[in-house]
Amino acid sequence: MFRTQYDSDISIYSPEGRLYQIEYAMQAVAQGSTALGLKSKTHAVVVTLMRSSDELSSHQRKIFKVDGHMGIAISGLTADARVLLKFMRNETLHHKFVYGSDLPTGEVVSSLAMKSQRNTQRWGRRPYGVGLLVIGYDGGKTHLYQTSPSGNCFSYYAQAIGSRSQSARTYLEKNFKEFPELGLEELVLHGVKALKESSGKETLTKLNVGIAVVGKEQKFEILKPNKVQTYLDQILQTEGEIEIENENENEKDQEAETLELKLD
Amino acid sequence: METYLGEKQQASQWSPYINNGGSCLAVAGEDFAVIASDTRMSLGYSIKTRYSTKYLKITEKCSIVSSGMQADIFTLHKVLKSRAQIYEQKHGKPMSTDAVAKLVSRLLYYRRFFPYYTFNIVAGIDDEGVGCVFSYDAIGTLERVKYSASGSGSSLIEPVLDNQVALKNRNDIKKEDYKLTKENAIDLVKDAITSAGERDIYTGDFVEISIIDINGTHEDKFELRFD
Repeated sequence: MFRTQYDSDISIYSPEGRLYQIEYAMQAVAQGSTALGLKSKTHAVVVTLMRSSDELSSHQRKIFKVDGHMGIAISGLTADARVLLKFMRNETLHHKFVYGSDLPTGEVVSSLAMKSQRNTQRWGRRPYGVGLLVIGYDGGKTHLYQTSPSGNCFSYYAQAIGSRSQSARTYLEKNFKEFPELGLEELVLHGVKALKESSGKETLTKLNVGIAVVGKEQKFEILKPNKVQTYLDQILQTEGEIEIENENENEKDQEAETLELKLD
Repeated sequence: METYLGEKQQASQWSPYINNGGSCLAVAGEDFAVIASDTRMSLGYSIKTRYSTKYLKITEKCSIVSSGMQADIFTLHKVLKSRAQIYEQKHGKPMSTDAVAKLVSRLLYYRRFFPYYTFNIVAGIDDEGVGCVFSYDAIGTLERVKYSASGSGSSLIEPVLDNQVALKNRNDIKKEDYKLTKENAIDLVKDAITSAGERDIYTGDFVEISIIDINGTHEDKFELRFD
């Protein structure tokens, strides 16, 4: 994408009818590391690749809990994601307080879409530079939604966003027909395999892979690193590469805990 | 209402408060706490329902029971539940029992000039793993104690706890020799509220009892008299 004369403000259309600022905002999402989501009839899962800017820093968290039945994975500007997360938490908590029930995922995503759209049509505001994958379980059904800076939101069987997400998306497109009947374990395995497609040269470890699940009789839960490792082991074993990090394991766990920045 | 002589006559004024009865109690041990409440909701001499919960589990380490007006109990518990979730989202961990106790006190005082008609008891495990009980008045006066009872049966239960937990007015047992075990505490709480149910007309139907220790909360329910 190159600079044109129609991209200096959000309120300027191009002759083709495009709003370049929104498209640039979507580019910000594409710069973030991969986040993908997939769902079956009973569970929805998000898997993310958590980058760390250098060896000294912690890995950037990309999965956040919204409520007991809902959570998000983000890609893009984390600071913007925090604002949207706060908004979603507020909406779900308010609904729970007033009506005593879980706020349906679709409703909160709609509110989010409205909120995102407002920033594309207001003086002095800019679009939120973050894409969310929202997973939830309510009304007896699993949900997976993608929201984007444009204010569009769609429901998906499976989706991947962020850098190199096309490879993950290709994997998901190949396999999504079998997802509905799968159990949780197999679903997560598919997610991790899809992530491996987009991981490029980066090795997947329990520190840079984030997994969260939600579903029937399963409250939204971000899996602990050791649980993540069990899935990674299964993937690596089937591919014949097994990395043994026993000596460094304890040290790294402690590092991970002390460097965990509280982001919300 | 003034008569022609200028005297004021007592007309019954509308009150926003009613008492739905019921009893609550809690006992703290060395490393556990037991908290219980009955479930009868009354109005005057009638029973409105035999099951209306007065108990709320706030965290795995802390619960609250409240007696008084059911509407205020319900609302206070709703607010408390939301506030506990907000805290957990903000700080990434559940509220400590001390934090809950302080929060309840503040929530109550916030309504200093139109109080919640609730008489609350918070019980749980503190940060050191020691059992604790906090008792309140309607506007949030906070005191940490070893045991407490509130509600219509409190005057029947409190003396029993004075005698059995604090060992007051006893000549037969030395304080140093006595340790309150979890089993004894549970039996004591069950017996105390059962006895209150015998004599207090507003206490009865079911009891929700909860035992809180380092492993979490274990909830149970048993029947009282239905008369």
